Amino acid sequence: MNLYAVKAIYRYEMARMFRTVVQSIVAPVLSTSLYFVIFGSAIGSRITEIDGVSYGSFIVPGLIMLSVMTESISNSSFAIYFPKFTGTIFEVLSAPVSYGEVLLGYVGAAATKSVIIGTIILATASLFVDLEVAHPVIMVAFLLLTCVSFCLFGFILGVWADGWEKLTIVPILVIMPLTFLGGTFYSISMLPPAWQTISLFNPVVYLISGFRWSFYENADVSVALSLGMAITFLAACLLIVRWIFRTGYKLRT
Amino acid sequence: MIDIRGLTKTYAGGFEALKNVSLSINKSEIFALLGPNGAGKTTLINIVCGITRLTRGKVLVDGHDIISDFRLTRAKIGLVPQEMPTESFETVWNTCRFSRGLFGKPASPEYLEKVLKWLSLWDKKDTKSLELSGGMKRRVLIAKALAHQPEILFLDEPTAGVDVELRQDMWNVVKALRGEGVTVILTTHYIEEAEQLADRVGVINHGEIILVEEKEKLMREMGKKQLMLHLYEQLDSVPQSLSKYDLELTDNRQALVYNYDTKGEHTGITDLISDLRDAEIRFNDLQTSQSSLEDIFVDLVRKA
Repeated sequence: MNLYAVKAIYRYEMARMFRTVVQSIVAPVLSTSLYFVIFGSAIGSRITEIDGVSYGSFIVPGLIMLSVMTESISNSSFAIYFPKFTGTIFEVLSAPVSYGEVLLGYVGAAATKSVIIGTIILATASLFVDLEVAHPVIMVAFLLLTCVSFCLFGFILGVWADGWEKLTIVPILVIMPLTFLGGTFYSISMLPPAWQTISLFNPVVYLISGFRWSFYENADVSVALSLGMAITFLAACLLIVRWIFRTGYKLRT
Repeated sequence: MIDIRGLTKTYAGGFEALKNVSLSINKSEIFALLGPNGAGKTTLINIVCGITRLTRGKVLVDGHDIISDFRLTRAKIGLVPQEMPTESFETVWNTCRFSRGLFGKPASPEYLEKVLKWLSLWDKKDTKSLELSGGMKRRVLIAKALAHQPEILFLDEPTAGVDVELRQDMWNVVKALRGEGVTVILTTHYIEEAEQLADRVGVINHGEIILVEEKEKLMREMGKKQLMLHLYEQLDSVPQSLSKYDLELTDNRQALVYNYDTKGEHTGITDLISDLRDAEIRFNDLQTSQSSLEDIFVDLVRKA
């Protein structure tokens, strides 16, 4: 294994994050804090408890997931798209590295950034609301699964995109609606029965539900099902990435 | 050092960029690959470096297959691409350090310092690529390609768009690399560059290798020599008495051009001058010239 290459890519990508610390860390933390102020304090104070949890506390897991998902996609898609755009990808393609090592470097760095952001948001949230984590190990497992899966998804997006518009259109038109409709700000059980059924086709519902369970032991769907769906999503992304590398799709001619 | 056998590349659209190309490149030589735009030079380089997939054929680098032993072969190769892709927001030092790690080498600040000093980049090591001039960016690309101490260096039109002084510097770098035992494969549009640097020359056109020859031998065998005689008086045509010579009258009818063979036992110049005197054709000046590699290249490509 070319560990030097993995380290080089990882270090290079992490350096990019620290170079753009305002965009990479401050911006998502600020926007999430605004959600806490608006939905948690201002509007939340007028909303009754949900399953015995104050509204401000209830939205914390969903908001962490919202940030982690969007940042994971953004970080990893940009990480692979930018070298494609500038042409510097030639160096990675001509290096003595396997596809797994390339993936480990790029996705590993992007996932690390997402975990850092998730942790900072969690710490920030504790300043606004009372927080308890009932199952820390499960919480970390869901956080890691989500970070890695969405970083892989972002990697796929970055390889597929052949323009800046394509790079942003999927997060805006697909991921954002799915996360907002995935139970970030509400419990699925609060919806009319028909919408509850429709919501179950949204994969984000399972991730947020499972993550929220690790905090308050309240979930819209069973934790086992949430975990199963998260692993299925991860496996699907891995299979697509494997296919990309085997065929050289949009990377090698 | 590099052995290419029956290499064919057909792109998805059906365009055949390389047609059954076979070529061997020796260790520690400078090999110039010449060809017009779209001839297949970059495709050939990209296949050997692993950027482009081959359709048929085999490529061995130092005896190792580029597909099954890709780790071994790619670690031996450095590439300076035709375009100038650089990480705009990264410093020269960091981008070179990245290249070294990517190619599986442990960090070596001493070696990178040596390379950067050698390429006159040391004082720019903390400068971001976007703040560098085009010539400096080209040097950075060479530094990156050398960062992992490759045994083979591909230079795909390395001096395109650089000024004369920098070009001269680049040539010195290439010569020095050869001196250190690095095999250099160079593609260029500047035939003068190949003439200055190359040990051997290959000409590729329409995806086929037309010729591979030692540069000196090529110029000796294919180069023409001409004698131009500037006349006192214009001629209407070449006199019948001189028809046995390969003579041409220039457009202004003020000079005669004699093509002769340098390899021949007799050049015929003495006889020609004698016959000119007999024909009472006087000249006031004469000059000889030899065709350049460029003339040979143009001639070869036209014939192909």
